[in-house]
Amino acid sequence: MSRPRSRVSSFGGSIGFLLTAIPLFLFLAFIAFMFYYLFSKGVGVLSWEFLTQPPTRGMTEGGIWPCIVGTLLVTFVSLVFSVPIGICSGIYLSEYAPDNIATRMIRSSIRSLAGIPSIVYGLFGVALFVYALKFGMSILASGMTLGLMNLPWIITTAEEAITAIPSSFREGALALGSTKWESIRRNVLPYAFPGILTGVLLALARTMGETAPILFTGVTYYTKQLPTSLSSKFMALPYHLFTLATQHDQIVKVRPIAFGTAIVLLILVLAFDALAFVIRMRIAKTNTWQV
Amino acid sequence: MDLRRFRDRLARVLFLAASLLGVGVLLGILVYLLLYGVRTFQGTSVFSFLAGLKWNPDAYGEPSYGLVPLLAGSFVTTVLALVIAIPFGIAGAVFISEKLKGAVRVLVKTMVELFAGFPSVVIGFFGLVVLAPLISRVFGIPSGLNLLNASVLLAFMSLPTIISVSDDALRVVPQSYREAAYAVGATKWTTAIRVVLPAAKSGILAGVMLGFGRAIGETMAVLMVAGNAPLIPKSLFDPVRTITSTIAVELGETPFYTTHFYALFALGLVLFAIALGTNLVAESLIKREKRSFML
Repeated sequence: MSRPRSRVSSFGGSIGFLLTAIPLFLFLAFIAFMFYYLFSKGVGVLSWEFLTQPPTRGMTEGGIWPCIVGTLLVTFVSLVFSVPIGICSGIYLSEYAPDNIATRMIRSSIRSLAGIPSIVYGLFGVALFVYALKFGMSILASGMTLGLMNLPWIITTAEEAITAIPSSFREGALALGSTKWESIRRNVLPYAFPGILTGVLLALARTMGETAPILFTGVTYYTKQLPTSLSSKFMALPYHLFTLATQHDQIVKVRPIAFGTAIVLLILVLAFDALAFVIRMRIAKTNTWQV
Repeated sequence: MDLRRFRDRLARVLFLAASLLGVGVLLGILVYLLLYGVRTFQGTSVFSFLAGLKWNPDAYGEPSYGLVPLLAGSFVTTVLALVIAIPFGIAGAVFISEKLKGAVRVLVKTMVELFAGFPSVVIGFFGLVVLAPLISRVFGIPSGLNLLNASVLLAFMSLPTIISVSDDALRVVPQSYREAAYAVGATKWTTAIRVVLPAAKSGILAGVMLGFGRAIGETMAVLMVAGNAPLIPKSLFDPVRTITSTIAVELGETPFYTTHFYALFALGLVLFAIALGTNLVAESLIKREKRSFML
C-alpha cells in the first residue's frame, strides 16, 4: 500500500517537520547518552568474579551472583504462573469471546490491570500472598505478585498473535470435521507460537527490572546463601541497585558496584528484548499468509 | 467421539475461567485495598485523611495521616513532567507517523518502546548520578534531589507511552483525509498539522492520559531522586514526596495491623482510583476517535 504524496511542498513545511524531528532526536540521544554513561562507568567493574561471586565485606567488595540468580528465579516463577493463564485467556478472547457486555468487561478489566501502578501490586501481594495465604516474604510471594502484574501483558500479546492467524487456517480443520479446540490446537497455536513467545520474552524483560512489587513480598538486602526453596527470601538486581545507590552507609565506596549492577541488569533486560525483536522480525519475514 | 466433544467443552470452560481471572484480580485488588484501607478510619477521621495537610505517621503522641501533601507531590511532579513530555511526545508522534517509513520507522518505534521497558531503578540511578549533580551545579543549589529532577525523569518515562499511543491515533486517521487535503493543494506539513492532528485529537488525548497514569504510578525512579520530604512544594527545587514513594518507604518499616499500615493501603486505594479513572477515560477517548472515522 503506497501512500499518496502531496506534490506541493514548501520551505515552511520542511522547517515544520524538522522541528517535530528535534524532540524525537533529543529523546533518542538521551537514551543513547544514558547507555553510554552507564556503560563507560560500569564496564570496568565487570569481571568473571563480579558475575559469579557473592558480595563480601558489607557489599563493598565481591560480586552480584546471588542477585542474578534471585532475579532470574523470581521472574521464572512469575512466568510459570502467568504464561499458561495468559495464553488460555488470549485464546478465549481471540477465538471464543462473543461480542457482548461480559466480554467488554473482561477486556476492560485486563486493560485496567495493565495500568495499575506496580506499587499497588506490591500492596496486594503483601495482603494476599504474604499474609492471607501465609507464603511469608518469599520467592513464591514475589513471583506470584509479579505474575499478576505481567499477566495482562501476556494476555494482550497472546491475543494479538492468535488473532493474526487467518481464519482459513481454522476453517480448513473445521471442514474436515475437527472440533473447535482441535482446530485451534493443530492449526492455530503452532503458527501463533512465535508471536506468543515474543510477548513472553518482552514480559520477562520488563518483569526482571521491576522493584516495587517485590519490595515487601520477598526481596532482601542480603542472604548468606542462595535461595534453597520457594519460601526463601532472595536478593535481586534492581533492589540491589536501589540499596547500593541510596541506602548503603558507604555510598561513595560502593558506587562502582552500583554501576556494575546497573549495567548487568540492563544487559539482561535488553538481551531478552533483543531476542524478542529478532523473533518478531523473523515472523514478519517468514509468514506468507499476511497480506 | 464423545471424548472429543468433552475435550472441546472443557477447553472452552478453561479458557473462559482464565479470562475471568483477570476480572477477579482487578476485583481482588480493589477488595483488599478497601478492606485494609477503610480500617484507617478507626484511627483517624475520613476528613483528616482526605484534607489533612500533614503526613507524619511517626509523630509521638499525635500521628497525622494527611493525604494532601502526598497527593500534591504526586500531582505536581506528574503535571510538570507532562508539561515537558506533551509537546515532545506529540511532535515526535507526528514525525514518526507522517514522515518515517519502513525500516527506519520500525527501528525508531522499537527504540522508543524498549525504553518503556527499561528498569525504573536504572533510570532513577541515572537521575541520581547525572541529573542531580547537573541540577545542583546549574542552579547553584546544594542538592539536586528535588521536584525538578523527578519531573524530568518522569517526562522521559512517560514519553514512550505518549509517543506510541499518539502515533497509533495518527495512523488510524483514514488516508482519504490526507488525500482530500492534498487535492485542495495543502502541503504535507499543513495536512499533518491542520487535518490529521485535529482528527486524531481524542486519541492523542488518550495517549496523554495514559502517560499521566504511567507517571503518577511510577515509584522507584521518583523515590530515588525526589528528596522525599512530605511537604507541599513551593518551588522547583523543593524536595517532594509522592504517594507511591511514601508507600515504598514506609511499608517495610510499619508494624502490621496498625493505623499507619492501613493508611498505606488507603494511599494505594487513592492510586488505584486515579489509575482506573485515567484508564477508563483513555479507553473511551480511543473508542471515540475510531468511531468518528466510521461515519
